[in-house]
Amino acid sequence: MTDATELKRRTAELLAAHPPATTDRMDFLKARFDAGLAWVHYPEGLGGLGAPRSLQAVVDAELEAAGAPDNDPRRIGIGLGMAAPTILKYGTEEQKQRFLGPLWVGEEVWCQLFSEPGAGSDLAALGARAVREGDDWVVNGQKVWTSSAHLARWAILIARTDPDVPKHQGITYFLCDMTDPGVEVRPLRQITGEAEFNEVFLTDVRIPDAHRLGEVGDGWRVAQTTLNNERVAIGGMRLPREGGMIGPVSRTWRERPALRTHDLHQRLLKLWVEAEVARLTGERLRQQLVVGQPGPEGAGMKLAFARLNQEISGLEVELLGEEGLLYDDWTMRRPELVDFTGRDAGYRYLRSKGNSIEGGTSEVLLNIVAERVLGLPSEPRTDKDVAWKDLAR
Amino acid sequence: MSTQPDLLYSEEEEALRAAVRDLLTDHCDPAGVIARTESDTPHDSEAWKALADGMGLAGLLVPEAKGGQGATHREAAVVLEELGRAVAPVPYLTSAVVATEALLACEGVDDLLADLASGRRIGALAVALNVAPGGAYKVVRHENGALHGELTAIADATAADVLLVPADDGGLYAVDAGAATVTPQVSLDLTRPVATVTFDGAAGRLLGDAEPAVRRALRAGAGLLASEQLGLADWALTDTVRYLKDRKQFNRPVGGFQALKHRLAQLWLEVVNLRAAARNAVDALANGESGEEGAVAVAVAQAYAASVAVHAAEEALQLHAGIGMTWEHPIHLYLKRAKADAIAYGTAGAHRAALAELVDLQAP
Repeated sequence: MTDATELKRRTAELLAAHPPATTDRMDFLKARFDAGLAWVHYPEGLGGLGAPRSLQAVVDAELEAAGAPDNDPRRIGIGLGMAAPTILKYGTEEQKQRFLGPLWVGEEVWCQLFSEPGAGSDLAALGARAVREGDDWVVNGQKVWTSSAHLARWAILIARTDPDVPKHQGITYFLCDMTDPGVEVRPLRQITGEAEFNEVFLTDVRIPDAHRLGEVGDGWRVAQTTLNNERVAIGGMRLPREGGMIGPVSRTWRERPALRTHDLHQRLLKLWVEAEVARLTGERLRQQLVVGQPGPEGAGMKLAFARLNQEISGLEVELLGEEGLLYDDWTMRRPELVDFTGRDAGYRYLRSKGNSIEGGTSEVLLNIVAERVLGLPSEPRTDKDVAWKDLAR
Repeated sequence: MSTQPDLLYSEEEEALRAAVRDLLTDHCDPAGVIARTESDTPHDSEAWKALADGMGLAGLLVPEAKGGQGATHREAAVVLEELGRAVAPVPYLTSAVVATEALLACEGVDDLLADLASGRRIGALAVALNVAPGGAYKVVRHENGALHGELTAIADATAADVLLVPADDGGLYAVDAGAATVTPQVSLDLTRPVATVTFDGAAGRLLGDAEPAVRRALRAGAGLLASEQLGLADWALTDTVRYLKDRKQFNRPVGGFQALKHRLAQLWLEVVNLRAAARNAVDALANGESGEEGAVAVAVAQAYAASVAVHAAEEALQLHAGIGMTWEHPIHLYLKRAKADAIAYGTAGAHRAALAELVDLQAP
């Protein structure tokens, strides 16, 4: 039985054997992984101890107090949040042993090759083709909106292996080597001026069958694990009061009375209340998770934050008056980390437009709430029994 | 900053909810509530007896030593969620919360507290229902030991046995309802009607200072009202979803049309948000957060709740369409309650104005 006391004991043991002050960062992280203290709910031998997920906080607190290095989770979010749970659930023993360690310590960055120019909300319509040749699959196609592709060593990839069956049935899930000569990554500049994302062109990329995840044709089901974890990751940030987008505009309001107008005051107070209520809803969701009663509220959190981020940053640009006419810098850059509240109000306004698109549009999320939470009927489906190759495009 | 609020429901709270819901299913069916609104006794004394006598719920906020149950605002809030869900015509918020809180702020009133806690008598604070915590309220004249004057928009006064009346000498007085003239006003909210109360030399018993008692009572009333609004909104959403799965037009359930699904999903999100805000407010009240944190929690809940409850009732009416416009369907009771609740204990705007001070987002 691995309880909090036992975890504290093991953590102390790790710290004693590898004192953070005198141990190389990567060596420490590897030792932590081997001790099963990386993600305690993972199985033994894969960085965990099969302990309840809620006990991770115990380990994290002990390590933080001891000044131990972390694995910089923001840099490797796609690997931790999406690739890892999918590999854990569907991977072979060899795949789990090969990939989870370097992923967790951050030696290998992961990216996600899912969306395509012709397959956004209707992701299952994707057209990147994978054709079997001997022990390999040969992949051709174009992927888009890929964050970290220029830094990534590996990608989770879904591609079409059978165009003659309905779209959900002909997809297979792969682990793609981003150093393959057929992989070309091009920055995709966005409305903020910078390029967080990439387009990825796949030309005769060879993937060994050993890097297939799950059965041939079962890729859509495998991808659900990835996508469900993505929405948890996007909606699940813990915030103090005024911790999100409402923070900067509230500070500006307090510090610069000359900017205040009655109209802006009414709008600010309304948004402040909505931001505080959304924060409380997030807190309530976390409390439900802690006691093991995950509610359907998670689906709504991303919707709420997308709308609030957009309205609040829009208000902030107006509040700034003459300064609202300016923008800090249009130079094309490639940021390693994305910070929605970073830079100036104009950036926040433009970047937050993506919040209602990335990780599922708000329109699709409303459908999900309506159908899965409220149990309302789905739209009539005209594509369910049509072979992928015969779909309108 | 206080410690993290507990925003969940405990097992005991869920058991309490189930018991209250069962009781209201027996006592407060929609057809009966609608019929009662046009009778001489709009309040349901049977349901009140069952809640107060039978279950002891009128005394939740009163310590056991004073004849109550020694529970907290968290439990009272669960009762109010269920009363809101049923638009039950009982004076729970006005007597077991607002009048009781006013008495809890006074000394030497244990007899009255015990009466209200047991449900033997019903109390009403004689302050107009629209007054916000900290807002100005009308008082009566205190002259030669007797009270003179008229107060309007007193909620549930027609059901009350005792009125708690603020006077111009700064005192709060208890007056037997029989010593005043209580005249029902034709009210927007049929299930929580308001009345005019007239004092013509009525004898009153001095309870203590009016100001702190009224302030405390209205703050608790405002905070707990959010739970009633939550219950009301949750009913409107649930009933509308149920109806739209059943109702067919164009050879399909109406609830399958995306335009309507998005509206209901949006409403669900608002209800989810209101639940967190309402739980936060009652948890702060239960922890005795009488300072700024408690005031912020209540003001946030009240600045948010009215729009959700009204939106839910309005969407319920529109999405039920024709049937929702009829007197026989209960939606109108919910719409009228939701709209009156939007004014009760201060509008959302009044609570936003309070927040502007509390969190230092000052007006120009």
